Amino acid sequence: MTPDIRELEIEMEEVEEAVAEALAYAQKLGNSAAECAISRSRGINVGTRLGEVETVEFNQDGALGITVYRGQQKGSASTTDLTPAAIRATVDKASSIAQFTSADPCTGLAPAELMATDIPDLDLCHPADQSAQFALEQALTCEQHALQLDPRIVNSDGAGYSSHVGFRVYGNSHGFLAGYMQSRHVLSCSLIAKQGDAMQRDYSYTIARHRDDLWTPEQVAEDAVAATVARLDARKIATAKVPVIFRADVANSLFSHLVNAISSGSLYRKSSFLLDQLGQQIMPSWLTIHEQPHIPRALASSPFDHEGLATTARDIIKDGVLETYLLTSYAARKLGMQPTGHAGGIHTWQVGHQVPDLKALCQQMGTGLLVTELMGQGVNIVNGDYSRGAAGFWVENGEIQYPVEEITIAGNLADMLRNIVAIAGDIDHRHGVLTGSVLLEEMRIAGV
Amino acid sequence: MQTPNVEHNLLHHHELDRDAIHQSLATLYTGAIDFADIYLQSSMHESWVLEDGIIKSGSFHIEAGLGVRAIHGDKTGFAYADEISLSALNKAAAAARGISQAGQAKQLQVVQRAQAIERYTSINPLNLPEQAKIDLLRAIDEYARRQDPRVVEVIASVTGSYDEILVAATDGTFATDVRPLVRVNCTILVEQNGRRERGSAGGGARVEYNYFTETVGVNGAAKPRWQVFVDEAVRQALINLEARPAPAGTMPVVLGPGWPGVLLHEAVGHGLEGDFNRKGSSAYAGKIGEMVASELCTIVDDGTLAHRRGSLSVDDEGTPAGYNVLIEKGRLVGYMQDKMNARLMGVNPTGNGRRESFSCLPMPRMTNTYMLAGEHDPEEIIASVKRGIYAPNFAGGQVDITSGKFVFSASEAYLIEDGKITAPLKGATLIGNGPEAMRQVSMVGHDLQLDDGVGVCGKDGQSVPVGVGQPTLKLDAMTVGGTD
Repeated sequence: MTPDIRELEIEMEEVEEAVAEALAYAQKLGNSAAECAISRSRGINVGTRLGEVETVEFNQDGALGITVYRGQQKGSASTTDLTPAAIRATVDKASSIAQFTSADPCTGLAPAELMATDIPDLDLCHPADQSAQFALEQALTCEQHALQLDPRIVNSDGAGYSSHVGFRVYGNSHGFLAGYMQSRHVLSCSLIAKQGDAMQRDYSYTIARHRDDLWTPEQVAEDAVAATVARLDARKIATAKVPVIFRADVANSLFSHLVNAISSGSLYRKSSFLLDQLGQQIMPSWLTIHEQPHIPRALASSPFDHEGLATTARDIIKDGVLETYLLTSYAARKLGMQPTGHAGGIHTWQVGHQVPDLKALCQQMGTGLLVTELMGQGVNIVNGDYSRGAAGFWVENGEIQYPVEEITIAGNLADMLRNIVAIAGDIDHRHGVLTGSVLLEEMRIAGV
Repeated sequence: MQTPNVEHNLLHHHELDRDAIHQSLATLYTGAIDFADIYLQSSMHESWVLEDGIIKSGSFHIEAGLGVRAIHGDKTGFAYADEISLSALNKAAAAARGISQAGQAKQLQVVQRAQAIERYTSINPLNLPEQAKIDLLRAIDEYARRQDPRVVEVIASVTGSYDEILVAATDGTFATDVRPLVRVNCTILVEQNGRRERGSAGGGARVEYNYFTETVGVNGAAKPRWQVFVDEAVRQALINLEARPAPAGTMPVVLGPGWPGVLLHEAVGHGLEGDFNRKGSSAYAGKIGEMVASELCTIVDDGTLAHRRGSLSVDDEGTPAGYNVLIEKGRLVGYMQDKMNARLMGVNPTGNGRRESFSCLPMPRMTNTYMLAGEHDPEEIIASVKRGIYAPNFAGGQVDITSGKFVFSASEAYLIEDGKITAPLKGATLIGNGPEAMRQVSMVGHDLQLDDGVGVCGKDGQSVPVGVGQPTLKLDAMTVGGTD
């Protein structure tokens, strides 16, 4: 039950034709330009709980999105029905909408001369067995292993395995038409531990383009058990100002706020705490973040962006200085700059580090809070105000003392970025931002 | 106005009929399969956005499809197709059926059309001419900029959706529903001496777009409803210009009426969803009959309110929406259930079986969740606080249903000093433990309000529209995540 990659290629070629036809039809309707994307994916998603099958879900998804331009006016429409008649109806709808939107001098396709011409093969598609039997075996093995590792694990929220393959095709009236296939396999396990009356839940997961790059079911189980059991007997701590470590698996959230603050919409709406900071030092001078969009098999690799622009390796932060914004062609026109190939998001970021591991980072911190979970949306990108729920561990003399819960950590993102003290090499590869744990000089903890 | 014929649109139009659905259910309902259902849906969504004083974008989305589910005990097989046709139905049914071995055919229940009370009208709001939606956006922009010279940017959106659903099940269910939903949102950026702040407000309901132009009375003045949203967004943005850092630590917190009911949604609601309690993963599991909140608290989930964003005539399993008391005077009396969890727990479904779309499995979800009014005057409640915070607006929240820990983020807050509201505070996250926080409720106002119709609830990656509400209430101790 492994999808045949050759069949997928043929299907993608058919979809490329459908995109070309949609673009031709948009032109026939009198639109001056158009762009269209179709994505499709298929796969399986299963869940087990307490050693029994819980759900078996067969997924098959597809969607088309089209934007047409009548001069400087634009209209967009999308559909999940990919039959030729439905696609034409969707183009009709987009064209009709374009008659009602205003002329916007900055709107339009990305510049023709910047379209990707060479589409590198980034080795992103590795189909694997999508049979229910295989998928269930993965989840059951993982969960059963977890349930017998520690007597304090009294219940399970279940294990899950999913495997999907698909592709994305994008074309526009500059003549750009390309697609790439990708796959994604995930194994996860969520457990419940109990001590006295108090229950704690935690989980672990592994995700990869190639099934061989997944952790084994046993590794996921062991990681989930360790995380869940470690939370038992958590306490609140006193309100204070202390140094804080964001463990690698939550540290990427810090960089995602940075992404948000230097991205198109936040900038041209002047809604960012990093406004006018291009070329300025916003992080410590030892820190460099490099974007590398073409790492084979990486989760956040892509050969071109959502506007057809080539993705290129670049420094985002060099020696602490903000080297680039992340701009779509629309934002670039608004700001009088060049687009950067970030329509649709960032590509793999590699964050530099100078401390070997988390243990060393804890030792460097001495006494403070190690954060392993963040809750809520208390982040204001306009002014950088940051206040989120947190859980983790209290650290003294570089050693974990006890788990901590029901506290908040607060500060301002501009200060937090500037006051990064050190970053460890315990890189979490499950995210688009490859970073290890991050030590911040100080944050305000609210507790008892 | 002609009522849409959902059966025609979702079945006959695709060369299907009741017999075909019945046939398909019959093939599913064999051997160990306890229950199966078929869900057909067609939906449209539109969005218009104004920014920089121009109509910047318009978009339209259309989708249709079907989902087939077969249940054996607590095992679920599920497959879906993004087209409605006999072959898609048969394929999905065969895949879903794979959850258990085929066996002896069982007797299907006689199809019974659910006689649900309609909680909203079967209208398609998207039929309004485009120009009217655009005129509304322009009016918002002009009005907002007139309110204060510090207003530097206005982002306004008008969105609407129209859903037709049909659900048929082996228990004899055959139900249809037509679900309109509209929303207007307004975000204002203000600037003063180089400091920029934002305010946001909006609302909506299961109605037509003219809801927004209807005249409503506010503080003695009559104005169109959309102006009330703009006033509110501008007011919040301007207050944020003056806000100073919030305190950090544990202190009394007074929550305003209406939208701060997000507290109940997070601290109580999710923990009372049937699936978590059947599995024993909720902090409220096995606690029916126990005191889980102060006796001032009576909390309900009510899908029956007319035209409300979270309301349903029938849920996505065809069960009529209900008025379900969850906590009565502090005592836990009921959970919210879908069919599967109700059956496994030996109770009745409560009309809370919801799914984001045909491509997602139904789960127990909230509709409109609110606390009933108490006896205190809101001013009396504030006057009772020596030092604490008053929070009348929130940005959203999150809960860990197992440990009971929840957060919600104030987007508007004030310091209370000696019983008086004083300085405005910057947004801060409040954190607590559901059952503990609800025991801290010491005063409940008589001013029950529901939110304006903006709530979106996420669970397992599925989003559904919901409502919240509450009177002004006081919690004696909550942890406030400020910086000061």
